[in-house]
Amino acid sequence: MTLRIDPAVVEDVARELYIRALKILPPDIKKGFARLTANERDMTARSVLGTMVQNIAVAEATQNLLCQDTGIPIYNVTIGSNVAVEGVALKAALRRGCARATREHPLRSSVVHPLTRKNEHSSCGIGVPVIHVDFSDEFEGVNIEMIPKGSGSENNSWLKMAIPAEGVDAIKRFVVDCVLDAGGKTCPPTIVGVGVGGTADLCVHLAKIAATRPLGSPCADPEGAALEEQLSAAVNTLGVGPQGLGGDATAFAVHVEVAATHITMNPVAVNMQCHSARRASARLTERGITYGF
Amino acid sequence: MAHYDITTPIGATDIRALHVDDTVTLNGTLFGIRDATHIALFDRGRSTRFALAGGAVIHTAPNVAKVAASAQHPTGYAPVCIGTTTSMRMERFTRPLLAQYDVRMVIGKGGLGADSLAAFTDLGGVYLAIVGGTAALETTWIEAIEDVDLDDLNPESLWQFRIRGFGPLLVAMDSHGQSLYARVDSAARDKRAAALAAMGVIS
Repeated sequence: MTLRIDPAVVEDVARELYIRALKILPPDIKKGFARLTANERDMTARSVLGTMVQNIAVAEATQNLLCQDTGIPIYNVTIGSNVAVEGVALKAALRRGCARATREHPLRSSVVHPLTRKNEHSSCGIGVPVIHVDFSDEFEGVNIEMIPKGSGSENNSWLKMAIPAEGVDAIKRFVVDCVLDAGGKTCPPTIVGVGVGGTADLCVHLAKIAATRPLGSPCADPEGAALEEQLSAAVNTLGVGPQGLGGDATAFAVHVEVAATHITMNPVAVNMQCHSARRASARLTERGITYGF
Repeated sequence: MAHYDITTPIGATDIRALHVDDTVTLNGTLFGIRDATHIALFDRGRSTRFALAGGAVIHTAPNVAKVAASAQHPTGYAPVCIGTTTSMRMERFTRPLLAQYDVRMVIGKGGLGADSLAAFTDLGGVYLAIVGGTAALETTWIEAIEDVDLDDLNPESLWQFRIRGFGPLLVAMDSHGQSLYARVDSAARDKRAAALAAMGVIS
């Protein structure tokens, strides 16, 4: 039987997901903290990591937000098989849920018009929340992922249209230089998201997908997976450390996502996710709603 | 590496006792300020009724709840979650904050640059690093929102918080020309060539 998605349910889920994402850090990120702490040799860095871990516990105990930055809200919708969705109504419902979370919790609306800087105090604006819709035949129902993307890391985003003659070396140099330039501004330890290939816009989008991918999930492309292993090791030899105050733990990982590109092109983009690498997801099936990460 | 418990306000002479790697726990009053607040004060000619002299500012825009005004919440705002934003966007405002308002301590994350370091040296000031992204913890150090000015800029209003046991914070830039960020950045750039060589890349 085909599952019909009710926009009212989507609205409630969108509201709930925004608040959950802001309060509960995914288990893979918590494990990432344990790994970085075990390997950290710098005393200041160990103290900084300890404060970050303490904050995760305080947020859960007080049911408060992990970070004050409510971010730019992003909803990634994946429509599975055997489901009927009214697309326009779905997008409108996500927007209403986002605004309700902001008013009802309440949350700081971090979203303004880019020219007037006017804040509608709804976390919504032109084109925001960002909504991506994709399709999958791997599950039945609808999956909604919510990412409140913090600005400290988002403000450190780069695109370089390198040329084929510069090869993979250009990609490696670029990533290392981005990590150096970001310093402490991105709230390290970060997940360094790297997009390789595609068009300019696809390349940047790949970097965002990479930055928000769960830790421990390798790039599906074997060449991309090998590159991210090399880069992960390399950036953690730089000594930028947590908060840019020095230490071993500069990045949880470097993640790479790839797409085919043009014979004349060699694009590389970097987008970072801060240590408060927040995300939440919900699966809507005929059995009901299941929340996760 | 000494620890200081400081109750605001603090004088220009006393602030020079602080050195990089010292730690500070603050009590008293803390002012929340960020992008739009600085732009209003220094680019658009607005002013504040708050006395910032000898005080501490923190780069923040809080999550607040609107409540009935009371003794506990005199502004009609209750704190929900108060954290710290990336400081570097506020770089060009450090000197006027110290020169015009006699601010002595800037609290933020990620550090400030060479112009701010020079202002701290010339005018007497420090940058205190808080751990960014730890707002749930930071909120427990804030007793109340005592007052708010320039509130048409909300959430980037000028906030006055009453704080207790705010810290420990790390002195990351001092009035003697020392910056932990500059030190770490320089050391990291020295390691660039080796990091690239490990991946078979000639820098």
